Amino acid sequence: MSGDAMRSARNGLILIVGLLLLWQLLYFWTGDIALASPLATLSYTVKLFATDAFDVQIYETLRAFSIAYALAVVIGLLVGFWLGFDRLSCDALEPMIVSAYAVPKLTLYPILLLAFGLGLSAKVAFGVIHGVIPIILFTLSAVHNTKPILIKTGRVLKLSRWQMVRWILFPAAIPEIFTGLRVGFALTLIGSLLAEMFASQRGLGYVLMNAIGLHNVELIMSVTLVIVVFAATVSVILLAIDHRLHRRA
Amino acid sequence: MSKVAWYRIAVVGGIVALLEVLCLAGFIDKITMPAPHIIVRDLFRMVVSGRMNGAIAKTLSNTALALGLALGVGIIAGALLHRARALRDPLDPLFATYYAVPVFAFYPFFIVVFGLGDLPQVLIAFMLGVVAVIVNTLNGLDRVPTVLLKTARILRMSPADTALRMTLPFAGPYLLTGIKLAVAYAFIGVIGSEFIMSRGGIGYEISFAYANFDNATMYPLILLILIASVAVNGALTVWEQRLLARRGMR
Repeated sequence: MSGDAMRSARNGLILIVGLLLLWQLLYFWTGDIALASPLATLSYTVKLFATDAFDVQIYETLRAFSIAYALAVVIGLLVGFWLGFDRLSCDALEPMIVSAYAVPKLTLYPILLLAFGLGLSAKVAFGVIHGVIPIILFTLSAVHNTKPILIKTGRVLKLSRWQMVRWILFPAAIPEIFTGLRVGFALTLIGSLLAEMFASQRGLGYVLMNAIGLHNVELIMSVTLVIVVFAATVSVILLAIDHRLHRRA
Repeated sequence: MSKVAWYRIAVVGGIVALLEVLCLAGFIDKITMPAPHIIVRDLFRMVVSGRMNGAIAKTLSNTALALGLALGVGIIAGALLHRARALRDPLDPLFATYYAVPVFAFYPFFIVVFGLGDLPQVLIAFMLGVVAVIVNTLNGLDRVPTVLLKTARILRMSPADTALRMTLPFAGPYLLTGIKLAVAYAFIGVIGSEFIMSRGGIGYEISFAYANFDNATMYPLILLILIASVAVNGALTVWEQRLLARRGMR
């Protein structure tokens, strides 16, 4: 293990221990009604995973999320490359896309629900509109930041537009595009979970809302824990790949 | 007018016109969405009648409170962390993965702890915004060139003078990026949590109208939020660009 990896592993460990400590202290402070202790939550989570009903909900969430993410990546890359090439469209549309990022998209959910109906497609659509924006923005800025000499070389070699993307722009822009994919991953997950929380009969978000209704503190904490651990783990892995790509470039 | 502006007007106008035609022709039925001109008319009536003023005031004051907290705590924490290397290193992975964690997932838990008042909403909005402020403050402070600080020392400036005349002007644009994000996150946090579960505010009114198929209230409110967030974000972006242009960075 290199020094760098050692240091980041140590930092991660300190952070996790710190957060667990904070949680335990909060538990001592608030008591059983509001919070479950870390240990109780963990054992409850283990028990939850053993039940079939819970596995079905997780599968449901993962399914909606994967479809949404795949769509967000495809649409994001296509639009990103298009705007990267087309200067006029980019100048006109980029500020609009940036401001769409700042809109509280949760309020758009009723429209999606009316348009797509209650079910998988509304969840997927909601995940996509969250995740696609950073992928577009990072891809187009990656195309713009490609060294002009590479593009000139491609032109000298008389590459077609597709060859240009395949052999020059894509390899050169990969690190930055990957950053977009990483941010898009997180936002798509948030989007699909929010969709489930608000209107759905299946999935982790639904379980969470149901648990609030029943005031089942252990269930709330367990589901929150599962979501947080999943999101954090994947994003740490993606971040490590991201750093490696950027260092190589 | 420039080509870009025409392009933008054409895109927005095209979308609105398309929706208008689809609605009037009946491809989109009235239960799904009223025609755009009806939405605008309803919004106008709603604003004139003032029946949403209470909800708007509540949402705005909660957003402002969360924003103020996020900025105050974020900038101070950023400045302190910039000096405390030992504390900053373990927190770096937290900052890097923070926005991958759906903060809204904590909302139910906050309701259980703090009750269904304004506090859980403000807290969610604060949590969403504060890390963006910290990260951008750190980023700005990291980029202050050593030569500026050395100059300050040669001129025997006091720490307060150094901060006000050297560090702050230099880190300004980065701070502004943080502020811009914090504004957006404060809006998203408050309206989003009102929407999920609350007793008032614009987000609540939208979800209430939705549950009652009250399109004459829901769509104007959604339009209002779109206009407000795009306008605020646009104004901050113009300011940011101006600061960057003065620095010759654009």
